[in-house]
Amino acid sequence: MEGVQLNLVSKDRLDKMASMEKIRMILDEVKNGKIVVLESGLTPEEEAKLIELTMLEIDHENFVGIEVESYPQKSRGFFGKLFGKPKGRLTVIGPANRLKTLQKREDLITALVQFGEG
Amino acid sequence: MGLILRIKKKFGFLLKWFFRKDRMKIGIYGPPNAGKTTLANRILRDWTGDVMGAVSDIPHETRRARLREGVRIEVDGKSVTLDIVDTPGLATKIDFHEFMKYGLPEDEAKRRAKEATEGVIEAIKWLDDLDGVLLVMDSTEDPFTQVNVTIVGNIEARNLPLLIVANKIDLPNASPARIKAAFPQHPVVPISALKGLNIDSLYKAIAERFS
Repeated sequence: MEGVQLNLVSKDRLDKMASMEKIRMILDEVKNGKIVVLESGLTPEEEAKLIELTMLEIDHENFVGIEVESYPQKSRGFFGKLFGKPKGRLTVIGPANRLKTLQKREDLITALVQFGEG
Repeated sequence: MGLILRIKKKFGFLLKWFFRKDRMKIGIYGPPNAGKTTLANRILRDWTGDVMGAVSDIPHETRRARLREGVRIEVDGKSVTLDIVDTPGLATKIDFHEFMKYGLPEDEAKRRAKEATEGVIEAIKWLDDLDGVLLVMDSTEDPFTQVNVTIVGNIEARNLPLLIVANKIDLPNASPARIKAAFPQHPVVPISALKGLNIDSLYKAIAERFS
């Protein structure tokens, strides 16, 4: 059967992984043309690190970057900022030539996954 | 070590408040073609008579961060001295074919793409050395992009003061209200950096937010 592989990674699995481990796993899968769905997403710092490493891996021929879909962080309030840990939200990451954002709202993301190379 | 870093990150804003600097280092951030360098040029022209750099319709015109020190802004008795960092546009993908659509030959498009990837990394690195951020968004575009979400998330995580600049309000389909609705927790100032529309409100907001 032809199609695009989706890897749905649970929060439990993500909680056990170090930041770099998560980022490496995401990049390896995405560079292989897979779509990665993270149940609990990434922290903002991890998202920035993912963009940074993506830039290092762009080869301008086979890999031109990633498409990331996630919702904005929820406002945490004063005490939440002081004592809480920022929680990531559901995040979908794929190769930029396969995953396209159609529409993004605060509570709804519509995306298109292409079978062949875009 | 991790605990100390976490404490520093969480309470750093309190330390910054107690030991406020007389000069703030402010980064101008945003996606490519939002008008970051146009805004930097407008601020410098108005307060120093100088400019920051060249602007172009081709995305990723700014591929190296530029720093201009000691820009003094005075509004209604309030003043602030800024070191302004104009950063390259942040993106999650850079495809040289996009540049060829603007008429660039393949070699030049590839070189631009390579420099653009380095520029994105440089922009992210600068986040750790700033005291505040001006986040420039294009009012004619959907504000819920991943780049905007990631920048806002990182600024919030670092407890840096943020001012969102809803740029390009001179264009007919501009909607600064959409940006306000998308990021209600942060102040938004609608302007046209190109035409200078509402620029005094921005200077007032800068003096209040960063002084």
